[in-house]
Amino acid sequence: MNLIDDSRLADLSNDEISRYSRHLLLPEIGIDGQKRLRAARVLIVGTGGLGAPLALYLAAAGVGTLGVVDFDFVEASNLQRQIIHGTKDIDRPKTASARDRIRGLNPGVNVIAHNTRLTAENALDIMKDYDVVADGTDNYQTRYLVNDACVLLGIPNVYGSIYQFEGQASVFYAKEGPCYRCLYPSPPPPGLVPSCAEGGVVGVLPGIVGTIQACEVIKLIVGGGDGLIGRLLLFDAWRMKFRELRIEKDPLCPICGAEPSIRELIDYEQFCGISLPSDEAPIETITATELKKRIDCGDELQIIDIREPHERAIAKFPGAKPIPLGQMARRVDEFDPEIDAVFLCKIGQRSIFAIRALRDVGYKGRLLNLKDGVNAWARDVDSDLPQY
Amino acid sequence: MSVTIQIPTALRVFTDRRADVLVEGTTAGEAISAFADLYPDIRTHLYEDSGALRSFINVYLGDANIKNLSGLDTKLKDGDTLMLVPAIAGGAESSE
Repeated sequence: MNLIDDSRLADLSNDEISRYSRHLLLPEIGIDGQKRLRAARVLIVGTGGLGAPLALYLAAAGVGTLGVVDFDFVEASNLQRQIIHGTKDIDRPKTASARDRIRGLNPGVNVIAHNTRLTAENALDIMKDYDVVADGTDNYQTRYLVNDACVLLGIPNVYGSIYQFEGQASVFYAKEGPCYRCLYPSPPPPGLVPSCAEGGVVGVLPGIVGTIQACEVIKLIVGGGDGLIGRLLLFDAWRMKFRELRIEKDPLCPICGAEPSIRELIDYEQFCGISLPSDEAPIETITATELKKRIDCGDELQIIDIREPHERAIAKFPGAKPIPLGQMARRVDEFDPEIDAVFLCKIGQRSIFAIRALRDVGYKGRLLNLKDGVNAWARDVDSDLPQY
Repeated sequence: MSVTIQIPTALRVFTDRRADVLVEGTTAGEAISAFADLYPDIRTHLYEDSGALRSFINVYLGDANIKNLSGLDTKLKDGDTLMLVPAIAGGAESSE
């Protein structure tokens, strides 16, 4: 496997030889590997928890061209793990902050900032000029989009993903092994698995997983070592355990199989919605201000806080009855179907599962979801309550 | 026979935070079904309406995906461990 054609290699300067001497001293990398790194073009999708160590280590390693894609702005709550950004970068575009930091670390790197959301319309155009893509995104739509675009373009997708204390890493390269869809043919219905914003994440976890991704990128470029193609690495930071699972190439894979049904990029927003049962009634919502009015009017309501005790302790919701999400179905008898029930969590995502769980066990009363959760209550009704 | 189901963090909200649960079953299908009986709130996360396992959850016996063995009919031995491996998407932070 040779990702970087020999025609793209050029001699290193004496300054570069000094800078990268610890690579050059490794026979596995050496002058040839360092030239390949300098010639390489790597795209990092997302400059968040995974993108931060990816960008820093790949810049330090002397990857010649680093593209970074993000549409987001730096927020205070990012800084617990997104170490490429600093306090002074709050409210700046993440790509601008990342570009400045990479240039400060290694001015020899050509940084290309794609300050946009990766979509089915722009993905092939952005990705086609790169040799390797490293996926550090935070949502299923973009993960499937990155996977599909990499398969269609024939480039490797260095994958990492995190949740709370657990991480996954692999290399999806359809030319040589399985792709992401061989492992997970389609994504969960929206919201079935909580996002990082809802679930929390220990800050060093993306540092470890993103650094593993950076290592895989470097090995792909220099063309050595045993890569993660066909292997899924699982990491549990709390138990400090690594495990390795085999991933087989699926001959029936919808995009890299023998008879693919996906031959171009699809509508990923739509595609993630397809898995929803078509007969499902829409979830009724109530805004924080509407809820406040109903409470003030003395309406009888069952307000249910589905958060666990440690999370309720961050921002207590007055007068709510706590029933953790995982106990809804078995505690259905505690509800009165004659009285409207309002469900709340941090941002109004997990509370939707609670409503679904009660519907699934045949509960007939009215179920309302507090839109944008306790954070909306803190923003719009009670400014003494913290947003988290 | 007794087998252990290993539950990843993303699904522990449905298992009273337990990471391992002991169930009875002679096949992967029986063991997972027994597990879903213990924690009914997890059922909708594991199964499609058709009764098939959801495509974003893989079940591993050792280092092999049961999809590449005999699927839900995969035979189990006493003391085997089945690991649930769901897709996780985190990595950056979106401003949801």
